[in-house]
Amino acid sequence: MSARPIPPTSELTEPYWDAARRGELVVQRCERCGQRPFPPRAHCPGCGGPSLSWAPVSGRGTVHSYTVAHRPPHPVFAAQLPLVVAIVELEEGPRMVTNLVDCDPADLEVGMAVEARFEPIDDADMVLPVFTPTRRPGSTGTA
Amino acid sequence: MSLRGTAAVIGLAERAPQRYTGNETNLDLLSGVAVEAMADAGIDRAEVDGLLVHPIGGLPGFVPATVAEFVGLRPRFAEVVDLGGATGAGMVWRAAAAIGAGMCTTCLCLTGTRRRRRRASPRTSGAEPSSTVHQPRSNPPTRDRSPHAEFDAPYGLIGANVGYALLATRYAHEYELSDAQRAKVAVDQRRNANANPAAIFHDQPLTIDDVLGSEVICEPLHMLEIVMPAAGAAALVVTAADRVVDAAQPPAWLLGAGEAVTHSSLAQAPDLGETGIGVAARAAFSMAGVGPSEIGLASLYDCYTIMVLLTLEEAGFCKAGEAGAFVESHDLSYAGDFPLNSHGGQLSFGQAGMAGGMSHVTEAVRQIQGRGGERQVQGLEVAYAHGNGGIIAEQVGLVFGAGR
Repeated sequence: MSARPIPPTSELTEPYWDAARRGELVVQRCERCGQRPFPPRAHCPGCGGPSLSWAPVSGRGTVHSYTVAHRPPHPVFAAQLPLVVAIVELEEGPRMVTNLVDCDPADLEVGMAVEARFEPIDDADMVLPVFTPTRRPGSTGTA
Repeated sequence: MSLRGTAAVIGLAERAPQRYTGNETNLDLLSGVAVEAMADAGIDRAEVDGLLVHPIGGLPGFVPATVAEFVGLRPRFAEVVDLGGATGAGMVWRAAAAIGAGMCTTCLCLTGTRRRRRRASPRTSGAEPSSTVHQPRSNPPTRDRSPHAEFDAPYGLIGANVGYALLATRYAHEYELSDAQRAKVAVDQRRNANANPAAIFHDQPLTIDDVLGSEVICEPLHMLEIVMPAAGAAALVVTAADRVVDAAQPPAWLLGAGEAVTHSSLAQAPDLGETGIGVAARAAFSMAGVGPSEIGLASLYDCYTIMVLLTLEEAGFCKAGEAGAFVESHDLSYAGDFPLNSHGGQLSFGQAGMAGGMSHVTEAVRQIQGRGGERQVQGLEVAYAHGNGGIIAEQVGLVFGAGR
């Protein structure tokens, strides 16, 4: 559980948040051209197609960039410093803003493999997809 | 149609950035610099028939009409420009375009933001913060959407520090860039501010050690690589070519302009090297018929040190990946071999709200007009001003010349 600005959902985005509550990451897919747009929307930004269906993604990706924040970007994060904010590129292509959790900030690198985790938000019936470095088989440690 | 030589800036006004304004409202600030800019240009308000403003606090709409009434204008062309830090630069080419299209002859471009001391707010852990991004628990699904509040803010991508730190990390991964190279930008710009009595840090020298010794806010960015919020206002008078001869001040001709808007969330931004910075700059240079090597003053948006480095290379002042070495090997002061942000940049002049981005334009104009005072760039013929909004989301490039 962590304190967060609570995401204001919409009818269109509810399937994304419902999936997160189930521990799944889903991203839209354009039925016409196959593009995977993010954040969710009504029309494909690639071809204008009006049919975007929800489809699961692997939850695996790589770190496109990250920063370790030593001051809270918003007071709600004051007890969670240092906060690692990142952009993760999913295996399936789309990039999303996220946090990297369960990691030592000193070990982070651009390009490192990460996988999705799901973190309940304080005081809300919502679960937020976050990411953590992928543990390679045979590696030791509890991170 | 090209805008080259269609219009020129003939007057300006700028309040020295202050940490806080007193009881003045945004409307007071805007009308104040409007009056001063018209006086600077030596024109009467009856001659002003165009007005550009930006969204301002306290007015949910009807901004041009309200400002026009308060200043005493009856424009034939009035519009809001909403491009974040690129707004001021975006106003200038819009004014020239409206003039070229015959929709007005003389256009006021107004920017300004007040800033008041905040009452102490509870910052203790667990306290419920009040924020526009914090929704009540029982909030039902909204019909209208804020993708930023839904997919960026819950992770702490709020404000600009985190976003520019993400850019700095990515840049250092793709290329070579040291903390000291970034710091050099802030230090050279401070030398310019030390020669500018209007700069908020006029009296304070700065060293690379000062920058690197300041608190790391978001890795890798230090406090002294980050603009300090301030308040103020700035205004320009843009007029048609055939009116320039009557002006009280020498003209700063608009020779070229370019604009690019590429994304809202940084996660959806183009890759480095392909951002809108280069799109806007290349369009501006192409229209002006000049190249980066002919620019005598670069007035580049500098909300963070990293932004200057990105702009230097994507606008073509140096090659991709060489911005760090470029700033290290050039004297960026007004008297140096590559004058950059001769007013001090927003880092040292001050980021006066929406007038912050405009300061890069007012300085380019002032220098082209030969009104740079102690910090005048000698022999200046052509200057480049760049505006940047959001997290490299909105870009505007402008080329100004002393000759048409």
